[in-house]
Amino acid sequence: MSLTTDDVRKVAHLARLGLDETELDGYARELSSILDVVDHLGQADTADIAPMSHPLDLGARLREDKPDAAIDREAFQRVAPDVAEGVYRVPKVIE
Amino acid sequence: MNWETVIGLEVHIQLATASKIFSNAPTAYGAEPNAQASAVDIALPGVLPVINREVIAMATRFGLAIEADITRASVFARKHYFYPDLPKGYQISQYDLPIVAGGHLDIDTPAGGARRIGITRAHLEEDAGKSLHEAFDRETGIDLNRAGTPLIECVSEPEIKTAAEAAAYARKLHSLVTYLGICDGNMAEGSFRIDANVSVRPAGSAEFGTRTETKNVNSFRFLEKAIDYEIERQIDVLEAGGHIIQETRLFDPDSGETRAMRSKEEAHDYRYFPDPDLLPVVIDEAFIETQRSHLPELPDAKAERFGREYGLNDADAIALTQSRALADYFEATVAAAGDDTAALGKPAANWINSELAGVLNREALTIEQAPLSAAQLGGLIARIADDTISGKIAKQVFDALVAGEGESADAIIEAQGLKQITDTGAIEALVDEAITNNPDQVAQYLDGKTKIVGFLVGQVMKASQGKANPKDVNQRLVAKLDAMK
Repeated sequence: MSLTTDDVRKVAHLARLGLDETELDGYARELSSILDVVDHLGQADTADIAPMSHPLDLGARLREDKPDAAIDREAFQRVAPDVAEGVYRVPKVIE
Repeated sequence: MNWETVIGLEVHIQLATASKIFSNAPTAYGAEPNAQASAVDIALPGVLPVINREVIAMATRFGLAIEADITRASVFARKHYFYPDLPKGYQISQYDLPIVAGGHLDIDTPAGGARRIGITRAHLEEDAGKSLHEAFDRETGIDLNRAGTPLIECVSEPEIKTAAEAAAYARKLHSLVTYLGICDGNMAEGSFRIDANVSVRPAGSAEFGTRTETKNVNSFRFLEKAIDYEIERQIDVLEAGGHIIQETRLFDPDSGETRAMRSKEEAHDYRYFPDPDLLPVVIDEAFIETQRSHLPELPDAKAERFGREYGLNDADAIALTQSRALADYFEATVAAAGDDTAALGKPAANWINSELAGVLNREALTIEQAPLSAAQLGGLIARIADDTISGKIAKQVFDALVAGEGESADAIIEAQGLKQITDTGAIEALVDEAITNNPDQVAQYLDGKTKIVGFLVGQVMKASQGKANPKDVNQRLVAKLDAMK
């Protein structure tokens, strides 16, 4: 499995990672080698194995529908860069 | 060229749980901004989602109600996109293993009769927060109270053919989820949001045309308008030699038009993968059977029973079962009117579907806000049934009840002296008077124009101030006139 620099550029854009043009080759090589390792799994015989979405063979534990969260808005908003009138403020998003 | 339309609807149904899907923050509408956003909802580092059991129960009941398959091990997945009201940078949703697969909804088509629309899937996901674009000059405000509110996204098959059918489908789905009690159905507050995928193609073509997705439709009427606009726009573009761009469009209720929102081509690389924070949701037979036992009587079954028990025709039965509240009102009205349900159903249906519906429509009220109770309306119908008052007087009593002029039909009849005259001597006198005073009409009757008797009945009713029984008056008049022949 071999990734091109274009692939890397696209994935970086989707993940909003600011990669330098000079870094693209290196990432293409390193990510390709990770995919090569993952490709090895394809050699395992999984004919009788049901696909799993999670490494643990367990079901989710469910919670009762009780609203009892401790919500400390002040504390949560203290770490935000910009807050006014109880709302977080971000640079204008134009639709 | 003849065009045919292909419509599929995606409906976001907000589940009426007390707490959120993955956190124990409350879901109540209208709190102070961010006062209901917990550490999980705002995605502070180190938090983990824990699934709300009630969400799974509600989705299961929904799946059973549309006769779908309930996935025994459904999986939550991350859907990645960047927007400030999505704090994690991904939405937890479901992808290849949604909790509900398949199913269908039988809609009452505008032309009459039923049509079955397939449902592809219904998956669970969390809602995003709200962006407040107008609140500040140079910033967008973010309120995360809604973040993490549980939603079912129900996706129909692209089998809907007209805007009117789409509205019928949406209404039926709305009725179903409110019957099930899994959604409050409040469209103004966004509890039931409809996106319409619309495309057109030459009639008979096997391939789909390029579709657009219209969002922001918050009423059934707007849905119909938005789709009709979109169909016409697409046909115009294609007939002018252009091509349709796959895009998201917004409906503007003021202009009745849709406009392009953002191009979908690049934005839709969501990079779904199973959320490693969440194990599969495993549902066993016992859980499903418990949910099945909690299913209420659903609209179709109720309409069928109304026909059988109350002798209603299909149109009345369907109209009265549109909402659970309306159906309950009808049944309470009949119960208050008396024991003969087969005979009292039809008049109760008529009063509710015409007079009461008129009042509600005029005053913009819901059935829950009806100005007279089912017990009051039932009491009125009982007095018509036992001939205490005529239908005409009943209308007067109805208006008085609406205006709050009395506690009950009986109280108003008593206070305003509206009881039907049962003194036969008094009626005979009025009948004689009508015959004496209207010699021309009498002559016409004797000449064979027997329909004129209606005029004479009217004269007697007028003289009695509506308190005579018109049927009785009619009989007496005919007897007397025939004796004059």
